[in-house]
Amino acid sequence: MLKRAKALFLSLLSLVVSLPALGSAVVETSTRQLNMPQGVTEVSQAAYDIHMIMVWVCTVIGVGVFGFMFYVMYAHRKSRGAVAENFHENLVVELLWTIVPTIILIVMAFPATTALLKVYDTDNPDIEIKVTGYQWKWQYEYLGEGVKFMSELNTSLDEVYGREPKGEHYLREVTEPLVLPVGKKIRFLVTGNDVIHSWWVPDFGVKRDAVPGLFTSGWAKTDEPGIYVGECTELCGLGHAFMPVVVEVKEEAEYNEWLAGKKAEAAEYASTIGKQWSAEELMVRGEEVYERSCAACHQSNGEGIPGVFPALKDSPIALGPMVGHIAVLIDGVAGTSMQSFADQLSEVDIAAVVHYERNAWDNNVGDVTQPLDVLNYKQSK
Amino acid sequence: MAHGPATLADGWKAYISRWVFTTNHKDIGTLYLWFSFAMFILGGAFAMIIRAELFQPGMQLIKPEFFNQMTTMHGLVMVFGAIMPAFVGLANWMIPLMIGAPDMALPRMNNLSFWILPFAFAILTSTLFMEGGGPNFGWTFYAPLSTTYAPESVNFFIFAIHIMGASSIMGSINIIATVMNMRAPGMTYMKMPLFVWTWVITAFLLVAVMPVLAGAVTMMLMDINFGTSFFNAAGGGDPVLFQHVFWFFGHPEVYIIILPAFGVVSQIIPTFSRKPLFGYSSMVYATAAIAFLSFVVWAHHMFTVGMPIAGELYFMYATMLIAVPTGVKVFNWITTMYKGSLTFETPMLFSIAFVILFTFGGFTGLMLSIAAADMQYHDTYFVVAHFHYVMVAGAVFSGTAAIYYWLPKWCGKMYNETMGQVQFWVAFIGFNIAFMPQHFLGLAGMPRRYADYGLQFADWNMVSSVGAFIYGGAQIMLLINVILTIRNGKPVADEKVWEGAEGLEWTVATPAPYHTFEKPPEVK
Repeated sequence: MLKRAKALFLSLLSLVVSLPALGSAVVETSTRQLNMPQGVTEVSQAAYDIHMIMVWVCTVIGVGVFGFMFYVMYAHRKSRGAVAENFHENLVVELLWTIVPTIILIVMAFPATTALLKVYDTDNPDIEIKVTGYQWKWQYEYLGEGVKFMSELNTSLDEVYGREPKGEHYLREVTEPLVLPVGKKIRFLVTGNDVIHSWWVPDFGVKRDAVPGLFTSGWAKTDEPGIYVGECTELCGLGHAFMPVVVEVKEEAEYNEWLAGKKAEAAEYASTIGKQWSAEELMVRGEEVYERSCAACHQSNGEGIPGVFPALKDSPIALGPMVGHIAVLIDGVAGTSMQSFADQLSEVDIAAVVHYERNAWDNNVGDVTQPLDVLNYKQSK
Repeated sequence: MAHGPATLADGWKAYISRWVFTTNHKDIGTLYLWFSFAMFILGGAFAMIIRAELFQPGMQLIKPEFFNQMTTMHGLVMVFGAIMPAFVGLANWMIPLMIGAPDMALPRMNNLSFWILPFAFAILTSTLFMEGGGPNFGWTFYAPLSTTYAPESVNFFIFAIHIMGASSIMGSINIIATVMNMRAPGMTYMKMPLFVWTWVITAFLLVAVMPVLAGAVTMMLMDINFGTSFFNAAGGGDPVLFQHVFWFFGHPEVYIIILPAFGVVSQIIPTFSRKPLFGYSSMVYATAAIAFLSFVVWAHHMFTVGMPIAGELYFMYATMLIAVPTGVKVFNWITTMYKGSLTFETPMLFSIAFVILFTFGGFTGLMLSIAAADMQYHDTYFVVAHFHYVMVAGAVFSGTAAIYYWLPKWCGKMYNETMGQVQFWVAFIGFNIAFMPQHFLGLAGMPRRYADYGLQFADWNMVSSVGAFIYGGAQIMLLINVILTIRNGKPVADEKVWEGAEGLEWTVATPAPYHTFEKPPEVK
């Protein structure tokens, strides 16, 4: 607490002493950051520059206007014997304070336009990445590379609800970050799967709404390797605060190595899909998947939230035929917030979670759902 | 002389009938004001829950789904329940007095437009107790979160919005009809007090955009219940359409809130400067210009939604232009004070704070209009800070100023000046502690509507919460001061109440009799 107070005092002091210097000190988890980050791309730098221009223009006008106002409040108070005059218009002054602000605005429009043109300069990318917002995680697809994965919050609910101490990277950690190479122009094609999300990486200056049925695009090119953290910025339901964006920028060689690894992983996975899994293996994996992808709505105890998210415990679907249960996960339920998980979870994960839901919380159906069952359902459509 | 109003001495039945069936503009104004204060306390309670949860990182008090209901209900109740009815109440009380009319033009509709409001808010608030909870999609209720993914109570929300809209439209028609038809002889348009002018312009805005809001919620209703796909991409609709429709209502809406506040301040500053308002006609033209511009800038709320660059540029330039008429107003207020004979009673303190803090909010507004920078500000706490500077330090401060300013005329008793000034300083300091740090939070990267946040945002959130509680306490002080004034304030006999007050409302007796201007006054 005392440490906090001290840091706070320092940050206030630094605000007074050196406002312009603040933006340059991009310390990732600093509590002292008061200004917009300068970031590591041309776009974020352009946003920062125009932001600072505006800050100074407003400061100068503010000091002038408020300074005059405080002078008036001091000099023309009745207690100092001021007697009111009776003038109430002056054409020259009134024209002046209409025309001068207009000119200031016209001048400011030039850098503002240049900066916006930079934001929109998304042509000729080296790499294209499709970013899809899901409730409440991000999916990254490297177009043309056959690599696709989900990126979800990796902070446990125990930390959120204070049952465990909060880690250093609380709400800023994900299962798998987006990995990018330095020095390449990357175009992000952003869309939404269910509701509107918004993909934001402050250090890239990229914030694009993820609207279902629409692609929006932004771009980034940076020479600075590092880990950059962002957020979802459009209210998207109860997990809105719990779907951070984490981007890891690597040197090109490391990036290529990583990409090759991801491709190999995908190939290896394809070969294990036919394997027979034991009930115990499925339960363990299923619980993991359930906690990550299902528990936010249906709750860890499977009882859901009455009136919003149905219970899975004793539900007719979980106790009914296996195909029907798989169908709900693959197809979603139209007109509700139950989305299709066909693109979000692998066949193995879907099999595991279906098995888990059918056999946890005294559901005790007793059957075993295999990845092949899921694959068969997918292919039967 | 017509019969007087029933008091408690006539029995409680007569007393209740008086308020339920009243067609008297003063009674209805009083009802509006008390109702809006009740809603202000309710919306404030929601805000306190939000700030208590955000006091520290982690979920301590409530769950994220309830948090979302709180942010939504806070916004809806404050905008539609507290601020708008407060200014309608002021309009009811003051417009007939200011233009020398005996009452509003349509007194029965006046009664109706008030009495449907409590039902709207009863319906809206009751959703919190329904299965699945209340509206949880933000006060901007973007589809499809508010349609396909909404709790079932959304239908009640839609109905409540319809009722509020009907009430607003009726209230506006009444104001327009009153001002056009019931001005005293000699009260030409360009002699009307500025409060009347700002309200007429506001009323036209309301009549124009409330039906658009009704259209938006009706399309939602169809999407939810009747299988249409206005906002559903899977059915060929477009979620972005919702945002265009909503903000075509929503942007004029924020001027609907602030224009009457401009009017109030334009009445108070001349009184305590003992000098006529500077640039009256340019004030009228600036108000009209702001109202016009409010219709053509809506998509600046949507810079990140993926509009073509031509659209972005147009909305950026148009939005920047709003600074011109707004600047004219600020310059006029300050020049009114220049070479006046200033005193600083509570209404004046709130009005001066209004000018300073509203201008500050205007500066951040100008920054937000720059599309490239807005890519960083959008949907962060920077925006939250911005609109609380213009909505709270703007509308609420001026509403508070209005209450202190006209309360002696309404009830014939003077409020306690010391208590008023203490309340001002508590409100002013609490407000700035609550909202100034939110600028830093937003710039550092904290998105709005977050139930929980990373550790790097912990300090400023704690400061902001402390400020919010202080500011909340200031409202309780206001309530106590008003009640004490009505019960045992020092009686005022002077018609003018304030030394520098000008205008017809200060020519009637204090307290204002139940019926005034039964014979129209002559305005020279």
